[in-house]
Amino acid sequence: MNFASRQALPYWLILVAGTIAPFVFHQYSNEIAVLWLMIVFASTWDILGGQMGYNSLGNIVFFGAGMYICAVVQIGLFYDVGMYTAGSRTTHIVFTNAQYFSGFALGLVAAGIGAAILAIAAGWIVFGLRGPYFAIGTLGLAVASAELTASWDWVGAASGISMPVFPYAPETQKLFFYFLLFALGFSLLLFLRWLYSTSFGLALNAIRDDEEKAEAMGLHTRRYKRTAWAISAFFLGIAGAVFGNMTGFIEPRDIAFPTTTFNLFMVVMVLLGGKGTLWGPVIGAVIFHTFKEVTWTYFLGWQFVALGLLIVVTIVYFQQGVAGWLIEKYPAWFAPRDALKRPEATPALAPQPEGAE
Amino acid sequence: MHHILSNISVLTAAPVLNFGLLIDGVLIGSIFALAAYGLALVWGVMNVKNLAQGDFIMLGGYITWTLGRYGLSPLLGVPVAFGFLWCFGWVIYRLVIRKVITRDLFTSLLATFGVAIVIQQSLNLAFGPDTQSAHSGLPDWQFAGGLVMVSATRLLGFVLAILLALAVILFMKNSRTGQAIRATAQDARAARVLGIDTEKVYAFTFCLNAAICGAAGALVALVWNVQPFFGTTYSIRLFVIVTAAGIGNLPAVIAAGFGMGVFEQFGGFLLGAEFQQALIVLLLLGVLAYRQLQYMRIRQAVQ
Repeated sequence: MNFASRQALPYWLILVAGTIAPFVFHQYSNEIAVLWLMIVFASTWDILGGQMGYNSLGNIVFFGAGMYICAVVQIGLFYDVGMYTAGSRTTHIVFTNAQYFSGFALGLVAAGIGAAILAIAAGWIVFGLRGPYFAIGTLGLAVASAELTASWDWVGAASGISMPVFPYAPETQKLFFYFLLFALGFSLLLFLRWLYSTSFGLALNAIRDDEEKAEAMGLHTRRYKRTAWAISAFFLGIAGAVFGNMTGFIEPRDIAFPTTTFNLFMVVMVLLGGKGTLWGPVIGAVIFHTFKEVTWTYFLGWQFVALGLLIVVTIVYFQQGVAGWLIEKYPAWFAPRDALKRPEATPALAPQPEGAE
Repeated sequence: MHHILSNISVLTAAPVLNFGLLIDGVLIGSIFALAAYGLALVWGVMNVKNLAQGDFIMLGGYITWTLGRYGLSPLLGVPVAFGFLWCFGWVIYRLVIRKVITRDLFTSLLATFGVAIVIQQSLNLAFGPDTQSAHSGLPDWQFAGGLVMVSATRLLGFVLAILLALAVILFMKNSRTGQAIRATAQDARAARVLGIDTEKVYAFTFCLNAAICGAAGALVALVWNVQPFFGTTYSIRLFVIVTAAGIGNLPAVIAAGFGMGVFEQFGGFLLGAEFQQALIVLLLLGVLAYRQLQYMRIRQAVQ
């Protein structure tokens, strides 16, 4: 990408806005940090869901796995993990600065790589499944990992792990984790922009459009599918590691593998913003997160009913999302850039003749 | 591990316990078979995978429990839940399902997942997160010196489930509407050409399924317990059953329902109740992996 060109402008704007945001909106810096997490969620889901046409309901597995891998590395470097989790109720264990940061840095790397390896292994099980079977199979993976972690005593079972405490003041902590998530989200956007412009990106689109044909053309589809999942797992694993340290306490059902909150938010945000585009998931994440943060407290316990309704309404009545709607409504805005990639309107959008199935 | 081995030795030492678990498994399996039949029906006829199936069951269960709380016999819950869920199914059909039938499969899956969340969260707000159970006030019979216990409620649930399943099967085989439903499942377009109002058939099928779930839920509340968030586990169970049996194969669906009940009783006894949910999910993954191996031989994907 040419960094001086007009196309680079949005990235510069995001870089500047993201850098000054925690200082300008000081009291909301945690919420903005979570917004970056949501952008990571939506964008990584879209690699499979939008670009490759595989709708996963189990991506949260890698978020939780990264969280736990990082925690185990951070603690295991200096203490016995089983003793730590068993004793954390009664004894307060202090990590020195050097211990904290070296453990955390190593944990981040291990979380990313571990989650990616896990994705390749899980890919052997689920990538022979198509369509709804894939969605249900991955949902099964998510529920299974939550339940199995919840009965694994070595990592604290259902009562979780108290993470090592950040050694500096709370203000520094806020900024530290904000910039980690910001860096992760921003580098993910740059990476995806590059990825979708390569032949790898085209291969993913080919799998989405017609997998049999793609295979007949000589693409090793399973390898592409596993690689794509490993990429999204890598970023999700790191995100999980950061988020686990940010909250300071991790447990399997509601924080690491929350099947009905974060796991569904991913899908809803992408559908809201528009599947299969680079900016759709980002737009969806911003709209969804802002809407959620502003209105959540006014629902008085009805939040999750509202969430379910939002899913139903989005999927039934507004499936093309904001980005899809914009492309349909103002094709001219998108023509020059997309002209190279998509010479004509996709046939799927053409009106169906009356009575067709 | 030690815990599991000692449980196995208990079973071998007292073989009559096996018999007790088997009976319980079959009695509960009949309810699974009933609800799985409904899932397979909707799946086969309109190609919609209903992830809200388990939550329909919970809804039926809570209706029965509420009746019991107001002093009415919970046995009345079976017809009441059947009727109520029929109407509820119609509303869901008009608002959601009708719009997603012709779309891709993930759309219907996610839409019904949304419906499931709305139902379970509303139940949670209305009744609280505690597990509830309706008591029919029927006796328990004990055999083999108290080692084998058969509760009359479970037996009654079994009989009702079998009767209901028989009624539905006969209805599908012999009635005019049943024939129309089967014709639509075979080829919706040809059915339309021959003058069948497929829109009506879809609505009827979905309502029938919801009603079956309601009745099954009433039985669940009678013989077991209900909780707002148990629905998801039921949905997964039913998917395991239908996936293992194959949708077109109704006798196999019913057999797999019984198998699921027995498997769960033995698994729960051997591993402990806290592993129950993990066990069901792992069974799902196992069945999916097995299907995949099966299809790999004929070079096709499971879809």
